[in-house]
Amino acid sequence: MKLTLKIWRQANASDKGAIKTYELDGVSQDMSFLEMLDLLNEQLLHNDEEPVAFDSDCREGICGTCSLMINGEAHGPEVTTTCQLHMRSFKDGDTITIEPWRASSFPIVRDLIVDRSAFDRIIQNGGYISANTGSAPEANSVPAPRDKAMRAFNTATCIGCGACVAACPNGSASLFLGAKITHLGELPQGQPERYSRVQTMLAQHDAEGFGGCTNIGECASACPKEIPLDVISQLNKDLRNSMILG
Amino acid sequence: MAAGTHYLPGLTPTNEAPVQKSDDAAGYYVLGEKLVDPKTPTGPIADRWTTRKFENRLVNPANRRKLDVIIVGTGLAGGAAAATLGEAGYNVKSFCYQDSPRRAHSIAAQGGINASKNYKSDGDSDYRLFYDTVKGGDYRSRESNVYRLAEVSTNIIDQCVAQGVPFAREYGGLLDNRSFGGVQVSRTFYARGQTGQQLLLGAYQAMERQVAAGTVEQFTRHEMLDVIIVDDRARGIVARNMVTGEIETHLADAVVLATGGYGNVFYLSTNAMGSNVMAAWRAHRKGAYMANPCYTQIHPTCIPVTGAHQSKLTLMSESLRNDGRIWVPKNAEDCTKDPRNIPEADRDYFLERIYPAFGNLVPRDIASRAAKYMCDEGRGVGPEVEETQPDGSVKKFRRGVYLDLGAAIERLGKDKIEEKYDNLLDMYERITGENPYEVPMRIYPAVHYVMGGLWVDYELQTSVTGLFCTGEANFSDHGANRLGASALMQGLADGYFVLPNTITDYLADGPFDKIDESHPAVVEALDGVTSRVEKLMSINGERSVESIHKELGQIMWEYCGMDRREEGLKTAIGLIRELKKEFWTNVKVLGSAESLNQDLEKANRVADFIELGELMCIDALNRRESCGGHFRGESQTDEGEAMRHDDEFAYVAAWEFGGEDGAPILHKEDLIYTAIEMKQRSYK
Ligand SMILES: Cc1cc2nc3c(=O)[nH]c(=O)nc-3n(C[C@H](O)[C@H](O)[C@H](O)COP(=O)(O)OP(=O)(O)OC[C@H]3O[C@@H](n4cnc5c(N)ncnc54)[C@H](O)[C@@H]3O)c2cc1C
Ligand code: SF4
Ligand code: FES
Repeated sequence: MKLTLKIWRQANASDKGAIKTYELDGVSQDMSFLEMLDLLNEQLLHNDEEPVAFDSDCREGICGTCSLMINGEAHGPEVTTTCQLHMRSFKDGDTITIEPWRASSFPIVRDLIVDRSAFDRIIQNGGYISANTGSAPEANSVPAPRDKAMRAFNTATCIGCGACVAACPNGSASLFLGAKITHLGELPQGQPERYSRVQTMLAQHDAEGFGGCTNIGECASACPKEIPLDVISQLNKDLRNSMILG
Repeated sequence: MAAGTHYLPGLTPTNEAPVQKSDDAAGYYVLGEKLVDPKTPTGPIADRWTTRKFENRLVNPANRRKLDVIIVGTGLAGGAAAATLGEAGYNVKSFCYQDSPRRAHSIAAQGGINASKNYKSDGDSDYRLFYDTVKGGDYRSRESNVYRLAEVSTNIIDQCVAQGVPFAREYGGLLDNRSFGGVQVSRTFYARGQTGQQLLLGAYQAMERQVAAGTVEQFTRHEMLDVIIVDDRARGIVARNMVTGEIETHLADAVVLATGGYGNVFYLSTNAMGSNVMAAWRAHRKGAYMANPCYTQIHPTCIPVTGAHQSKLTLMSESLRNDGRIWVPKNAEDCTKDPRNIPEADRDYFLERIYPAFGNLVPRDIASRAAKYMCDEGRGVGPEVEETQPDGSVKKFRRGVYLDLGAAIERLGKDKIEEKYDNLLDMYERITGENPYEVPMRIYPAVHYVMGGLWVDYELQTSVTGLFCTGEANFSDHGANRLGASALMQGLADGYFVLPNTITDYLADGPFDKIDESHPAVVEALDGVTSRVEKLMSINGERSVESIHKELGQIMWEYCGMDRREEGLKTAIGLIRELKKEFWTNVKVLGSAESLNQDLEKANRVADFIELGELMCIDALNRRESCGGHFRGESQTDEGEAMRHDDEFAYVAAWEFGGEDGAPILHKEDLIYTAIEMKQRSYK
């Protein structure tokens, strides 16, 4: 296939940045989207032009590193990560616009790479169960009801990619936050810190400049791990309870 | 000598020290002195770890704050260690090359983690887990280390559950187990196809808790490019800030490398794109021995290659082997047919045929080689790919065998299969465009894990004082072949339980003399790294780093892959030496070193892969036996099964760096077993 690529180029955080256009030939249907960019980079290198910087690592849809806005959609047209998006989702002759995540809490580092360390800082503020090494009770001494364990698992699948933030018109990280709150809050081990957790994590979320949730739902439709929107209701419920009980 | 007899395992040697008679690698290496003291405690095997923990000196809580530990790597091994040492009150500096510690490659592990909990009452015990692991590794691991691994495995599960890791559960709310990767008991704990992710998030969250507590400082997008050694002790690292390009030095009382495996030396592998050998290799060049580098694990169930554009391979968890039947057409003419139209009678379930006792669950090395032979015979399926033969000619092969879930879907229903494997099957469909619920999946072996790594003693200390190494980056626990679900176990055992105990004994001598940035050894290390980077930026040749890496990968896969032979290995060494020259005179890296520069990052990594590749070939050439993931064509039985030579090779090959143009120096550590008797492996 032959493609026209419009790609955001920005040398560093303080550079202004602009879209540049490239023509690319010889793209096969079996390539992943990132392999298509590898091909472009090989071509740029041969023309003595600096390759496009983009993030990826596992290329298996699990590490959450890859992050591209493709034609205005986080991770592109399919419900998956960019590394698992294949060129069979595009047609010969297509023009594809590729930009970095859009959110002021994720500043641009270079080209298509953004800084998502705000997510780490949210986790630092309560996104864990305090369990010191070496003192844990026998694993089966605390049974966890299967349905709750399933829900905990389903929400623990969040890969921290940030697509939810990039898709949200408010730049809110409520889906990411709700996923962690639900994961830990559904388990018996997570109960003692349940209400302090929601308060500290949310405070950090706001301090990082993420926007508030107005129930638009773009986050859940962009999420490659299909984290359900109702984790945000759980977040709000736990927040209300924390004011009463916490 | 099974568990439960009167015999006290651990007291008397059961084998003699090996004496090597063959010398295939003569001229490529220098023989050094034997390694005699891996610091293993003696006595009954079941008591050794308890004894050592008691003997180890402790550090008073008030003094811990004064001790700095650098941990490079935030996977299961590094993340767990950072969390635990931070919690104990040491000053920890943690490094990773990704943008967040949570993205370390441990996150990709799919299948599960072993522990000898015996929840299924199917006869499991620490001794049996130990026994299976040593046997599965073809008796090339150190028994004391493996016993300790089995012993702490149960604590790992307790720890992870307490942290909120959502393992699979039964209806009663208790933990569920499955059997995995060639083992006959159900001892594997799992979280659907995402066990690695869930375990890593547990360790990451525990570590972030310490970041908030101020005991752990995290440096993301930082790549370690060298280790700093002062007065024969590791005292710090040189790292590049990958955003600004600044080359920084970080000093400490001890350094831990938890930097994962080097499977990317093959270019195509299931490892993450950034996985590298740089930290271990730089340490090797400064005196740390590299052990058994040729031991590569080839995983039987990956999605086959589709074309030259491919940047990496994707694993399909081998838990699928519990439900999937593996076959190829009996007749080569059927290979292009729709598999659904090939009747039962024309299918060759080759693993069930050759290994009736284990069937589709034979260990990975055996399953992988069997698949290769079927394809070599011309009965492979899927697209045809061209391959260059050792004599230079080109032949076409189909590199795939079927993994058929049909019978399991009929027996258990589609829903049950979907629940068990969910994202795996979606992932397969996304990559291949074929629906695995309808058409049998196609799989083929791929490079997946390395059992080789930096040599460490029982304390996990390398041959450089004060430099420790944990997880996949060290060599110690898996021998020549790794059983499924045991790497995650090792990473967490090392990180949560072993290292935090052994490193304290070392730190009890500290704090060591203060050194600062102006110390000559620090300046020298910094200058070395800076000039290497400058050199890479100035070559300005014709070839992309990527194309050189690809070429290296082809050499390694062809000659040092699933079937290695003397002639091929010698050819490979010659080719790699030429490629090294090509790299240092003709590579092209654009942009500047003072900014984020991904080609420069890759160039630094590939330069080390080239040197490692040569050592892997020399190691493979020396070891004229077949064991585990190392199959030497010259050493097989009449039936084509791997043939070990314990009398010659029951040793760990620990290689010392022999200087820029010198030959590597081989130190042997004899493997003497006292708790287990060496047997030929047979799965027939
Ligand atoms: C696809 C796949 C599936 C697997 N499935 C299973 C399974 O089901 N069960 C099982 O037991 N095992 C499995 N394994 C193996 C297992 O996942 C790994 O062996 C294990 O997770 C390695 O952990 P680690 O902590 O040693 O290293 P990693 O998790 O690889 O971590 C390496 C760390 O080192 C850092 N690093 C590396 N080099 C540098 C440098 N130069 N400077 C700074 N930082 C650096 C990285 O940033 C990273 O943080 C699987 C492996 C793969 C690839
Ligand atoms: S909630 Fe979904 S979109 Fe948001 S970070 Fe997690 S996986 Fe990504
Ligand atoms: S690169 Fe890991 S999720 Fe895409």
